Amino acid sequence: MEAAYNFKEIMNKPERLAPGHRMCAGCGGTIAVRGVLRALHEGDRAVIGNATGCLEVSSFMYPYTAYEDSYIHNAFENAGATLSGVETAYRVLKKRGKIQEDYKFITFGGDGGTYDIGFQSLSGAMERGHDMVYVCYDNGAYMNTGTQRSSATPQFADTTTTPAGKVSNGKVQVRKDLAAIMAEHHIPYVGQTTFTNNFKDLHTKAEKAIYTPGAAFLNILSPCPRGWGYEPSELMNICRTAVDTCYWPLYEVVDGKWILSYEPKTKLPIEEFLRSQRRFRHLFKPENEELIGEFQKEVDKRWEELRTRCS
Amino acid sequence: MAVRERLSGNEAVAYAIRQINPDVMPAFPITPSTEIPQYVANYIANGEIDTEFIPVESEHSSMSAAVGASAAGARTLTATSSCGLALMWEELYVAASNRLPVVLALVNRALSGPININADHSDSMGARDSGWIQIYAESNQEAYDNFLQAYPIAEHKDVMLPVMICQDGFITSHGVENILLVEDELVKEFVGEREPEHYLLNPNETLAVGPYAVSNYYMETKRGQRQAMINARRVILEVAERFRAMTGREYGFFEAYHLEDAEYAIVIIGSAAGTCKAAIDQIRNTTGKKVGLLKIRVFRPFPEEEIAAALAHVKAVAILDRSEMFSATGGPLGAEVRAALYQAKCGAEAVNYLYGLGGRDITVEDFCQVYEKLERIAAEHRITDMYEYIGLRSR
Repeated sequence: MEAAYNFKEIMNKPERLAPGHRMCAGCGGTIAVRGVLRALHEGDRAVIGNATGCLEVSSFMYPYTAYEDSYIHNAFENAGATLSGVETAYRVLKKRGKIQEDYKFITFGGDGGTYDIGFQSLSGAMERGHDMVYVCYDNGAYMNTGTQRSSATPQFADTTTTPAGKVSNGKVQVRKDLAAIMAEHHIPYVGQTTFTNNFKDLHTKAEKAIYTPGAAFLNILSPCPRGWGYEPSELMNICRTAVDTCYWPLYEVVDGKWILSYEPKTKLPIEEFLRSQRRFRHLFKPENEELIGEFQKEVDKRWEELRTRCS
Repeated sequence: MAVRERLSGNEAVAYAIRQINPDVMPAFPITPSTEIPQYVANYIANGEIDTEFIPVESEHSSMSAAVGASAAGARTLTATSSCGLALMWEELYVAASNRLPVVLALVNRALSGPININADHSDSMGARDSGWIQIYAESNQEAYDNFLQAYPIAEHKDVMLPVMICQDGFITSHGVENILLVEDELVKEFVGEREPEHYLLNPNETLAVGPYAVSNYYMETKRGQRQAMINARRVILEVAERFRAMTGREYGFFEAYHLEDAEYAIVIIGSAAGTCKAAIDQIRNTTGKKVGLLKIRVFRPFPEEEIAAALAHVKAVAILDRSEMFSATGGPLGAEVRAALYQAKCGAEAVNYLYGLGGRDITVEDFCQVYEKLERIAAEHRITDMYEYIGLRSR
């Protein structure tokens, strides 16, 4: 299944998310979507689902769609259930001889639609084992409504519902580990990835997720220039430091086996990830030094847990 | 030959589903509609049908999956009641505005709170503005017959709207009655196959469903839905006529019982119409007073002109609602029927009562008292008990 990865070849595949959509410059979500759709083999048909969010309102504004494939948006909290209906319709129509063609099913949701309001719908769809991929483009807050905190928002992030202020240091709680929760559903494939270097990790995991029979979940760190506060040109550096600080480890869980995809030669201090983002600016005040220490501790703890699971 | 059976309302609807063998059924259990997916799951388990059943984790997901399946091109249905319908709320609008011919077997039950599992119409009446066709049944026979007519209406190219087939919880859904069933082959021929025009899995074209459409397009969408609802009036009657030709059983927007010469009329929806008919028979046999009934079958689209015409000659009419809407002026059926009478410049006195909330029984005696009140209202041209609850406890 897995051919040798050729960056140039992959990047030159015809786009399945056409230009002309209205996503922001420097948006990680768009890159995540294009990256996943690139993993579809040429000529293979797909139905793309989408939870309400930035991506949906920017890529399917009536009467224009940016999708080359059939596409369905239903609502915010039900991308899992909606695509499970589409996939079931496919199976029954095929069984009854009403369609002959093969289709793949991929749905996208932000962390709001996936970690929070659509969590139940996602869990149900995964548990039922529909042959589909649920892709979360995780930008760590409700960006479509203006950067409100989600359960994917990291601790201490300054959001519009957890503002850093005179007596507040941003979000109090640590973030939910959704990929691990999905792995505990004992589905055939879970991958956590982002785009670094030559996009190989994203491409390989997306391809595995799409072409593994049964339910699959992909969690893709997808920075948001408006919500995180960075220059669009910094996007790839932010993803790289997220991975090299082990804030966002790259791993997969294949049939229950936890596999670390990448271990940095030198684990960078968390400041490398935090510094370029406006949402963490308050942490760099001299009096907040210990907060960075706390953040580091949480990263270290989770990294060690993951290494144990992968060993 | 029609098959004579004894079935509950839930069994009757499940039997219709078995005969139709639809493509996809997502469902989540809720009293009193739970039996419907259970029966269907059993049909599937025993190889009697090959519908794909999706055991979803909530009613919101059952309607969400139904939207996905229907958009994909599959003939789709679900069943629910009460809070289950309330949880689907958002999705009811999505199904209707995407013009998806989903069918919902609704077993009417009171909405919380307090939590109550018995019949009233607060669930479906709350969904009356969602863009669904709503067809109500008095009996198991009607629930079955209405269900058989649902897809031919929903999937008609001039309609393309979802349809809710409603029956009263427990009274109809669990009460066993004699029923005439249509032969399987005739049902198959009557209901036919879904032939979608545009759908996600069409190999010849791609389709995008569920756009973001702002103020320059939204209003036209609504106008399109309105036109579909207007067209549904014609299609519902055409399908009813085809059904009559097959079974001999006649259906329209409503049933008129001793209404032609009636001076005093009741307008009602659902199973209580049977009790009302018993009261009419009793009054006419004992006193000869001219009392009658208009039993609504189709509430959406609302047959305004036809209702007003049917009531044009009565002296007084009582509209009985089985759901509150807390307008502090009456119930939803009362509001719409009174508006219809006003629009038609109908001179009848019109009073609106509420009854049967949360399954409270309504008796023949209660209906007799309503007719007595109507006689008094007509004589005095004065209504003193507008919006009264029938059968309310005094303490």
